[in-house]
Amino acid sequence: MNIIFSLTAGLVFGLGLVLSGMANPAKVLGFLDLAGPWDPSLVLVMCGAIAVAYRAFVLATKRTSSLLGLPMQLPTARGIDRNLVGGSLTFGVGWGLAGICPGPALVLVGAGLAQGLIFVGAMLTGMGFVEFLRRGAP
Amino acid sequence: MAVDWYHYTPLASLLGGVLIGLATALFALFNGRIAGISGIVGGLFRPKTGDTAWRIAFIAGLLAAPWLFQSFASLPEIRVDASARTLIVAGLLVGVGTRLGSGCTSGHGVCGLARLSPRSLVATVSFMLTGFVTVFVIRHLLA
Repeated sequence: MNIIFSLTAGLVFGLGLVLSGMANPAKVLGFLDLAGPWDPSLVLVMCGAIAVAYRAFVLATKRTSSLLGLPMQLPTARGIDRNLVGGSLTFGVGWGLAGICPGPALVLVGAGLAQGLIFVGAMLTGMGFVEFLRRGAP
Repeated sequence: MAVDWYHYTPLASLLGGVLIGLATALFALFNGRIAGISGIVGGLFRPKTGDTAWRIAFIAGLLAAPWLFQSFASLPEIRVDASARTLIVAGLLVGVGTRLGSGCTSGHGVCGLARLSPRSLVATVSFMLTGFVTVFVIRHLLA
């Protein structure tokens, strides 16, 4: 059952990315280009998503198990450390270079774009590299 | 700052955002999890019993989305201007950065901000900042 909900969530999420324009790298770069002709559309994507998600998380954080009876696994980390800031700064550089973040990258692959495959291949390599470093650490 | 009214799509973007929020809500309430794409994908590198199928299912949903969209309406423009070399560098940075920073636009930018997490606020401000700076450097300083 959780597999079906997971698939549905991914599907609705992806439809949202396509409809909103987040899946169009040229549009994302138009948002990130404050000094050029600026496209503020993505502010509305964030507002729409956060407004709905906020209500859900108010309910979700009060629960000890999900509506399917699964354990709640919302993040518990609270510290603001070097990895969080350094990692996010690094991510932003990559995002600004191509206008693609992980969700839209997968949508590009689904849309059959070779550029999506190249990006996702590199992204998985980067993720694997971090995993490799973490395993190497004691 | 000049607004690009021609490319501005307030209604579609707001509705798309609401869909993203609904997916996030569904996932949090029914699966008890954060719809953070980099975390969902990254978790596949550390396979545990019973922890893989739902990740694959979520990713399959994302992959199938443009196809499903197309059967109801024409797909909006999707344009990638970056060269293969830029895509590789960008992909590597996004992969490393999101795993080190424990999240991306969805996990920190949507879920984290909606949960009022100070950690995610710091992460979101950080990646937005370098995103803006990178585009500024490429389009206005180097071009």
